[in-house]
Amino acid sequence: MVNLKKYNDVSKLFVIFLTFFFVASCSKQNYYVTKIEGKRIPITEKEIQVPQIENFIKPYREHINKDLDSVLAYCPETLDKSTGKWQTTIGNLMADVTLMRGNTVFQAREKKSIDICLLNSGGIRSILPKGNVTARTAFEIMPFENSLVVIALKGEQILEMVDYFIAEKKPHSLAGLTFTIGKNSLPKNILVQGKPVEKETIYYVGTNDYLSNGGDNMNFLKKGVQKFDLDYKLRNILIDYFKAVDTIPVINDVRITVE
Amino acid sequence: MKRREFIEKTAASSALLSLGLSLSSFESSQKRHLTILHTNDVHSYIDPFPADHPRNANMGGVARRAALIETIRKENPNVLLLDAGDIFQGTPYFNYYGGELEFKLMSMMQYDASTIGNHDFDNGVEGLHAQMPHAKFEFISANYDFKNTVMDGFVKPYKIFNKDGIKVGVFGLGIELDGLVDKGMYKETVYNNPVETAQDMVRILKKEQKCDLVVCLSHLGYKYRDEPNKICDLKLAELTQDIDLIIGGHTHTFLEKPTVVKNLAGKEVLVNQVGCYGINLGRIDFYLDNDKAKAFEGKSIIV
Repeated sequence: MVNLKKYNDVSKLFVIFLTFFFVASCSKQNYYVTKIEGKRIPITEKEIQVPQIENFIKPYREHINKDLDSVLAYCPETLDKSTGKWQTTIGNLMADVTLMRGNTVFQAREKKSIDICLLNSGGIRSILPKGNVTARTAFEIMPFENSLVVIALKGEQILEMVDYFIAEKKPHSLAGLTFTIGKNSLPKNILVQGKPVEKETIYYVGTNDYLSNGGDNMNFLKKGVQKFDLDYKLRNILIDYFKAVDTIPVINDVRITVE
Repeated sequence: MKRREFIEKTAASSALLSLGLSLSSFESSQKRHLTILHTNDVHSYIDPFPADHPRNANMGGVARRAALIETIRKENPNVLLLDAGDIFQGTPYFNYYGGELEFKLMSMMQYDASTIGNHDFDNGVEGLHAQMPHAKFEFISANYDFKNTVMDGFVKPYKIFNKDGIKVGVFGLGIELDGLVDKGMYKETVYNNPVETAQDMVRILKKEQKCDLVVCLSHLGYKYRDEPNKICDLKLAELTQDIDLIIGGHTHTFLEKPTVVKNLAGKEVLVNQVGCYGINLGRIDFYLDNDKAKAFEGKSIIV
């Protein structure tokens, strides 16, 4: 009888032990780092392609290629931004097209017209080669996702824009504004849409979102009294234009005259 | 009676001893091997570079990357596959499909997680949200607060992966958006201090959750030579502790091998980045052991 009590004690002890044992073995074990190896593996043509992945990509690729490579227009001569000091054929085209197509949206939405278009020369990333023009051409010229912004600027800032041109000496794309640089390097005969610029008049300047935020130090664009985001990507403007024309014009008119 | 008691005690203690011994011998045999594979700044590069490309001829390509990953998974199934952001923008695949194909392919390759890069906002926070149904992997960012955006609920600050018994805590860090991304794109996404966020994360992952490994998926950039005060992966490594590995992106840095940096506690942190456009796959192998004695012997880093 006495022994029975002892047995209970022992079994109690054993239960406690088992509990500890299970708690110890069930709780998370910690791992310690003993060795680390690191390397860079180049992905080359030696690697076979996983057929399921390749087959999955195929219809997407074919759709894009078909779309990008379908002929939209014809370009009679190569338009290149490196062939002009103050203006270039491709720059003139870009600015004219942006002003024209931007106006379809701006007039419909705001009942106003864009007077001037100014785009940066650096934003033109490729030539427009002689021959068939495709959407791929537009992607090459304009790979960025920049969109059209219209800024309401006073005549005063248009004068600053002219000064910027004279100081920078770069063939930024320009439409709607013409001027002459005199022998003294001062501007004269500044015309907006053929009329002399007036300091207090509001002009609507079409540009890209990058420049409108002060890109390329075009700080005069930040002094606008109003700003309109047209949600129209410059690349799409170009593609829509290519779709609308048969032959791309070579625009050689002089916008900035130097005496 | 005395004799019986003695036998009982002996039996119990020998049971205790043998079980205890078996437990400890069981423990010392526990070795683990985890392979972390990673990419960054793939920028919608799905096809390999053409053979006439001046710099990267015949490099990259998702179908080939998938094959490489498959081979490594056969060698060691214990893989964690991660991306450090800027999945979007760079080829017409993104312009046409908005990132759908990128996410679908990453899901097919069984990516575990990605953090969010600045270019992943290129179609706005809405554009990112629109592609969420195509991603079967986690989006991790601890210092972007998406609470007041459509992305609310789609991004976790961290995720703990249990890989063959190893607890791996992964947290994400993103770059300052102001000045880099148009406000109209990132909307009400709030950027918080990456160092403070990282300190919070390691406290949770190492101290509270007792993770064996802590990995930071970062889109902060490797280093800024002209801006010494700007936070980058190398500075983050030095200013924090308890991070084992920082997988970086943004600066398109082609590191030949991971950089080993001493952290705040004087311990080694690995910082790695493998360039861009899916040209390389980063591979870090961690060998672990649950024998604490091994931990005191220190770890060997072979890079």
